[in-house]
Amino acid sequence: MMSEVFAVDPLVLFTIVAMAAGTYLTRIAGLVLTKFVTFSGRTEAALQAVPPAILMSVVAPTAFATGIAETAATAITAIAALRLPMLAAMTLGVVSVVVLRLALSVI
Amino acid sequence: MKSNQNKSAINAGPNEFFLGVTTFFPLIFAATPIGLLFGALAAQKGMSPLEVLLMGSFVFAGGSQFLALDLWADPLPWLTIAFSTFLINLRHVLMSASLAPKLGHWTPLQKYLGFFILADEVWALSEQRAIKHHTTFSFYLGVGLTLFITWQVATVVGSLIGAVMGDPSRYGLDFAFTALFICLVMGFWQGRKTGVVLAASGLAAVLTHKFVPGAWYIIAGAIAGVIAAAVQYDEKTNGLRKPAEALQS
Repeated sequence: MMSEVFAVDPLVLFTIVAMAAGTYLTRIAGLVLTKFVTFSGRTEAALQAVPPAILMSVVAPTAFATGIAETAATAITAIAALRLPMLAAMTLGVVSVVVLRLALSVI
Repeated sequence: MKSNQNKSAINAGPNEFFLGVTTFFPLIFAATPIGLLFGALAAQKGMSPLEVLLMGSFVFAGGSQFLALDLWADPLPWLTIAFSTFLINLRHVLMSASLAPKLGHWTPLQKYLGFFILADEVWALSEQRAIKHHTTFSFYLGVGLTLFITWQVATVVGSLIGAVMGDPSRYGLDFAFTALFICLVMGFWQGRKTGVVLAASGLAAVLTHKFVPGAWYIIAGAIAGVIAAAVQYDEKTNGLRKPAEALQS
């Protein structure tokens, strides 16, 4: 699976272009929308929930349905994220999953 | 409604550009390790350094790039990746809508080209600048280009190093995605209502992941979270607006 530095798979390129098109659309949407509508009330509250809801959905299977080590490390990371800079909290999460996996495999 | 495009020279000036660069500067140290990590994980998924550079340049949205890697598989589920990317980047709609009225004298071309690089950090620093001044195009470009270059260099270097690094689970790096996303989730924390949104989306995602193949769990979790937010919306505390336009399900 040694990929060459300049290798570009056509399907990968297509996927990237599809990702880019959708992303650009979301970025200029505000420019267009603010000319016509103002978000308010319940719609805005619902839209604001989109990013955390998606991020949560992505991690949930790993975080809560994989094993004790992952679930415990998730809790540690979440608490650390409230107090430490992001990079420190991430590092702590990764270190704790390694330590917990090791500890659980020994037991 | 059309806005007046005032062709003044206020946008120009190396000082505003330089101010943008220096404003971003401390974030270089935060963005670089994350970029290196992205590159390394992308290499593990079989992406070439050029593919990493192309994705970084065209998409330029860290969260969705990590999400895409998480879904990366053979055969490539391009539709799921594209759709998930779109969903996770929906937050940009609110960001650009919020920033749009605070811009200085930008031409339409500057707006539509400039917002191509409206990443979270670029948006945040532009909003911060807009508290005191209008955000000029030069300032925006100073911030945006610095992040753009940092991100591309870091991810490509990461992909070159990553190719020789071996199995990421050996260093617990398979958990790095999860840890990063948990940190990002906690950044959205605003109290009990956020907790309910997260509980709803987490539960829906776990259940869907267990019983439905593919990446539908992300969409199921997103919808559950959005419904939870809409249901919890309180007229009294959140302003006097006309009732119930949501709750379509």
